[in-house]
Amino acid sequence: MHVRNKLGLAALGLGLGLGLSAWQTASADSSNPQHRVPRSSDGDVVIALCDGQTTLEVEGVKDPSSISREKAQAISDELMTAWRKKNPDARWDPPTRLVAQANPPRPPPASSAPVKAGGQTASSDPDEAARRAGANVQDGHTYGAFSARDEAIWKASAEQAVKEGHRVFHDAKTLGSTVAISCDMCHPDGSNTHPETYPKYQVQLGRVALLRDMINWCIENPVRGKPLAEDDPRMKAMEAYLYAQRKGVKLEYGKH
Amino acid sequence: MRKGVKSIETKHYEERDSFFDGLRRLDRRGFMRLAGLSAGIAAAKGLLAPQSFQLISVAEAATPGAKPKFSFAYISDSHLYKKELNDRFVRSLVRAVDDVNRLDPQPDFVLYGGDLAQLGQKEELALGKEILKGLKAPVKMMVGEHDWFLDMGDYWREQFGEPQYSFDHKGIHFVTLMSVNEKDFWTARNMTPMERMLTVAGLDNGVQSRFEVGAAGREWLKRDLAKVDKNTPLVVFSHSPLYKYYRPWNFWTDDADEVQALLRPFKNVTVIHGHTHQILSNQIGNIQFHGMLSTAWPWPYAPEGLPSLTVPMNRPDPFSNFDGCGDGRMEVLEGGLVDKLYSLWDRDPVTVKSSYLASGGRKDRPPTSRLPPY
Repeated sequence: MHVRNKLGLAALGLGLGLGLSAWQTASADSSNPQHRVPRSSDGDVVIALCDGQTTLEVEGVKDPSSISREKAQAISDELMTAWRKKNPDARWDPPTRLVAQANPPRPPPASSAPVKAGGQTASSDPDEAARRAGANVQDGHTYGAFSARDEAIWKASAEQAVKEGHRVFHDAKTLGSTVAISCDMCHPDGSNTHPETYPKYQVQLGRVALLRDMINWCIENPVRGKPLAEDDPRMKAMEAYLYAQRKGVKLEYGKH
Repeated sequence: MRKGVKSIETKHYEERDSFFDGLRRLDRRGFMRLAGLSAGIAAAKGLLAPQSFQLISVAEAATPGAKPKFSFAYISDSHLYKKELNDRFVRSLVRAVDDVNRLDPQPDFVLYGGDLAQLGQKEELALGKEILKGLKAPVKMMVGEHDWFLDMGDYWREQFGEPQYSFDHKGIHFVTLMSVNEKDFWTARNMTPMERMLTVAGLDNGVQSRFEVGAAGREWLKRDLAKVDKNTPLVVFSHSPLYKYYRPWNFWTDDADEVQALLRPFKNVTVIHGHTHQILSNQIGNIQFHGMLSTAWPWPYAPEGLPSLTVPMNRPDPFSNFDGCGDGRMEVLEGGLVDKLYSLWDRDPVTVKSSYLASGGRKDRPPTSRLPPY
């Protein structure tokens, strides 16, 4: 807790913890990279930035003492300026907001996803990355700047929905069957469900039907369960599974 | 009853007797005349009900070896649950038993093609046995994977005997194979017997192994066939198709090539198999293959590997409980080959003749389906 407080102060520039230099020099014997902070000849406070390189001697401030908020902000700004000079290409994109997910992907998404060496990352500057790649592309637009890792995560998320659909499709209990019938018993691998032919006029129903109407018809009749709401997660998952099974098949709505 | 007024039954039997009398003295031309005068018009269109007068088979009587010698019926793939859980499959099997009992003349025996139970449970197998007792003709049992993988066939064997056996009937050598053995996939995964059963019961469950007769089964077959003359017609029953159609669904026997090699020396070989729940015809060398219908549900045709000789059946109507299901009958011909009748429920029956397969599809092509598979 103590350590985190000090690092936080240095990074955010909200205040000044005194006695930092003393702590930084205390353990200099390990083989890990060290941020060696010089002592002030006047006995002033020396602040070490969390980048492991930058130091700042605060003239006239001795340890211990208290300083105003304005003074602390000035120190923080000075450190930031020094850091920016060393890292002119750095961007401070705000962290993306976490979106609540009903089914967090498991296993941890894309933990082993391929990352292109030297490619873009989620935090890289897209314009700069494009320039480095020597591509003549339109600049100044963050949309569409994504990495192979991003794509891997998105793919895993989509596969997660398909996998859940596979589970529902094969599980009479989850479907709510009263006669122990699941979809796969007549439709192995989702075959003969031809989702690409919907919407179409379903002769037996006497009206135009969507895939979900037929899923519900099957649930009510051969499966003998209760029909699902159109936005039921099981319905969505099964649609995801069935469409995934027909990847590459020509979309031909209305086909009989 | 007034004299001279005949009941419908009497009229029917008189008509039938004179019909068969006529056929006995018939050449092909005479047959056509007779057919034109009677229900033969319907027969020529393939609208013959399975239990009526067999005009189509008789029409081919001029071809040597194509005269029917005897027939046997089949019922297959009923997938019974306990009747409290699911009565639909029970009603379907009862319907098939009624169908077969109505056949006139009665078949010499009835082949049960395997998958009597859905999950190999005692109640399911006992229920199936009870229903099959209603058959008038004797029953020959074959095992399916759904009957086997809960207790590895213990209860099935107790009820029905060994799964591999042979017998001779009217000059034909019949062999029933156990073709749904699987290599052990369950021990390493620490599965309970029910988990193992449920894995095998999933047609598209890739965790399981592929079906095989196995080395011991093939050795048994070799010994059994050693004493049979090569000119004796063979009819082999196996639950899985004894060839390679579609591996992911086990429409497949892994050692099919080895088994076929054992059957190759024989002049006339017919394999009748279950498991695929669809009209399925194939010929490989001297071996003709016919699939059987299920009483429970039809399977779609697999996305690839369908034998080119198969004329697919019309797409089943999902809005009918029974469409695409059924039972059927095999006419064993004098020559030793088999004409296969698919008695599809609520549809016109379809006959796949041995001459169709033997001619490589040039002769006697079965009717084409109006609605092909997707």
